[in-house]
Amino acid sequence: MTTALHPEKTAEQPPSTVDGIRAVGRDYLDRLRGGELGSLPAILGLVALCVIFAIMRPVFLSNLNFANLLTQGAGSIAIAMGLVFVLLLGEIDLSAGFASGVCAAVLAVMLTDQGWPWYSAVLAAVLTGMLIGLVLGVLVARIGIPSFVVTLAAFLAFQGIVLMLLEEGTNISINDPVILAIANDNLPPVLGWAMLGIGVGGFAAVQLRQMRNRRRRGLTTAPPVLVAARIGGLAVLGGIAVHLLNQERSRSLVVDSVKGVPIVVPVIVVLLVIGTFVLRRTAFGLHIYAVGGSQEAARRAGINVTAIRVSAFVICSSLAAVGGIIAASRGHSVDPNTGGSNVLLLAVGAAVIGGTSLFGGRGRLINAVLGGMVVAVIQNGMGLMGYSSGVKYAVTGSVLLVAAGVDAVSRRRAVRR
Amino acid sequence: MTVTPILELRGIDKSFGPVQVLHDVAFSAYPGEVTALVGDNGAGKSTLVKCIGGIHSFDAGEYRFEGRRVQVNGPRDAAALGVEIVYQDLALCDNLDIVQNMFLGREKRRGPILDEATMEEMAARTLAGLSVRTVKSVRQQVSHLSGGQRQTVAIAKAVLWNGKVVILDEPTAALGVAQTAQVLELVRRLADNGLTVVLISHNLNDVFAVSDRIAALYLGRMAAQVRTTDVTQSQVVELITSGRSGDLGLATTNGATP
Ligand SMILES: Nc1ncnc2c1ncn2[C@@H]1O[C@H](COP(=O)(O)OP(=O)(O)OP(=O)(O)O)[C@@H](O)[C@H]1O
Ligand SMILES: [Mg+2]
Repeated sequence: MTTALHPEKTAEQPPSTVDGIRAVGRDYLDRLRGGELGSLPAILGLVALCVIFAIMRPVFLSNLNFANLLTQGAGSIAIAMGLVFVLLLGEIDLSAGFASGVCAAVLAVMLTDQGWPWYSAVLAAVLTGMLIGLVLGVLVARIGIPSFVVTLAAFLAFQGIVLMLLEEGTNISINDPVILAIANDNLPPVLGWAMLGIGVGGFAAVQLRQMRNRRRRGLTTAPPVLVAARIGGLAVLGGIAVHLLNQERSRSLVVDSVKGVPIVVPVIVVLLVIGTFVLRRTAFGLHIYAVGGSQEAARRAGINVTAIRVSAFVICSSLAAVGGIIAASRGHSVDPNTGGSNVLLLAVGAAVIGGTSLFGGRGRLINAVLGGMVVAVIQNGMGLMGYSSGVKYAVTGSVLLVAAGVDAVSRRRAVRR
Repeated sequence: MTVTPILELRGIDKSFGPVQVLHDVAFSAYPGEVTALVGDNGAGKSTLVKCIGGIHSFDAGEYRFEGRRVQVNGPRDAAALGVEIVYQDLALCDNLDIVQNMFLGREKRRGPILDEATMEEMAARTLAGLSVRTVKSVRQQVSHLSGGQRQTVAIAKAVLWNGKVVILDEPTAALGVAQTAQVLELVRRLADNGLTVVLISHNLNDVFAVSDRIAALYLGRMAAQVRTTDVTQSQVVELITSGRSGDLGLATTNGATP
């Protein structure tokens, strides 16, 4: 079993495909047994929920509802992706919801009161997010106040700031067509296919190049069938999604035709790809995992732990700003409740349900997306079944608890070795 | 004794809050030699090593490297000098794999992207060079390794960087018999190749087997730094337990009161 240490040998005798797949399967099972469940529970949960709701309420499967689901989930998925960075450090940001509210309010004020063009207003909102993250990060990482306390205080303060920005509770409606398009318009069907093509092609190119490179240097690679399956899987799932979304879903064709991939989808996908690249392919991303795994070991390796921690908060609040912009677009307005009530809970839920550990050091951005879909499906499906908001909250809260429980138990197994 | 030490500390004081842990410590290490640092639990060995590694700043004293006075303000400064340290504890990130741990903070990149293939090759070669056979894959997470395997990875990490000075803080504490012999052999081999090695160990047999010099810390003071051939084991035991042995060691025993 020392093959990995002797690269020359693997190059001469590549393992047969079947053996390769067996080995990968065995490794995966070992990891599951070792407590690294990753996003498996979220995927299983997602499938189960979809089946249940589809049986109980066939309308759940309608094209219109599918598109709704995506736009419903997008805001909290953006916030959840930001939270992953903070959770990876073993910290928490309870203020991310209202931070998104503050940024949305800044956006609204700039657009309407100040009459700024949409791009300046978006820039202002994102810069506000960065500033918020900088303040939170400095308080946590430099001053040393626990993130729980800092962000709980910020949670209250930001709620106040939203009220002040909106002049005691009036709501500002958003009329800018570009901002409104983000959560309400769709890509032309052709563009949807083109984007999918570029996405799958890019993914395939990266995977194949990586595999060729490792082959050439005699390093172990994932079996080619597995790589092909990954690429094929992405193409098929993406193809089904684009195909469904490109169907007509307008109830009255006379008024308007509604079809195409909602614009928020590529927005989220781009954030996901960039974020995943940063986390998995750059030293900065690796250092985030390292600090989350052991701050002291990271410090001894010469990593600037304070800078890493501050930047995670900056990223989190910036992505919260994006979530706020999506929420403003979807709601056609910003009011004192934007980013309030259950937004934070749903976002934390999305990250944790997707498989991001609350103990730090484990998790991926895709977790936030998968978990966000679970949350959106619960909200959406239960809404269709006529349950009250009260029941929806209670169920979502319970799912979060279950996910956190799974996390805690699997961590115990992982630590015990 | 004509060789100049590559690493030399003079008059190091170090306190944690009100507790002074190191008192006026002098310490030297020479190229091509193994210097053993001994002392009872809590004598301050690890603290001294952390000062050398830039993990702790010291309150007073001089840090000299290759004859020049240097400022070491952090782990990167120590690494830049060529000082590699295997710490007694908390040296690895559990959630990262072996390669990631070995290159942590000094990753190989191509542009902004991590050069995983090169790092994996180098890590595998280093481990193979240490004849590590028990590690299944260099892509294994460190949390899945046994205590001894982790220790081996930490040592491999220090060797990987071709430092001039390699300091090992109780590297064999978690190791089995065969592995211990291997590490001691490695320690000797590194020194024979001209490196400067500092070995911390509680096992005097090991110390006498591989070291050229012995430095004994007693309650945060350097009791004596002597050639291994000039002392007996029982003298070293006395230095460790009471700070003096005959005319060796601290001038007055009450000088050692905390
Ligand atoms: N970070 C710290 N804060 C406060 N006191 C500390 C700290 N680190 C070490 N000490 C104290 O300094 C003294 C020396 O500790 P050190 O770890 O250097 O001992 P050691 O010689 O390495 O012992 P051992 O053989 O048990 O490893 C001990 O009394 C310890 O309690
Ligand atoms: Mg020690």
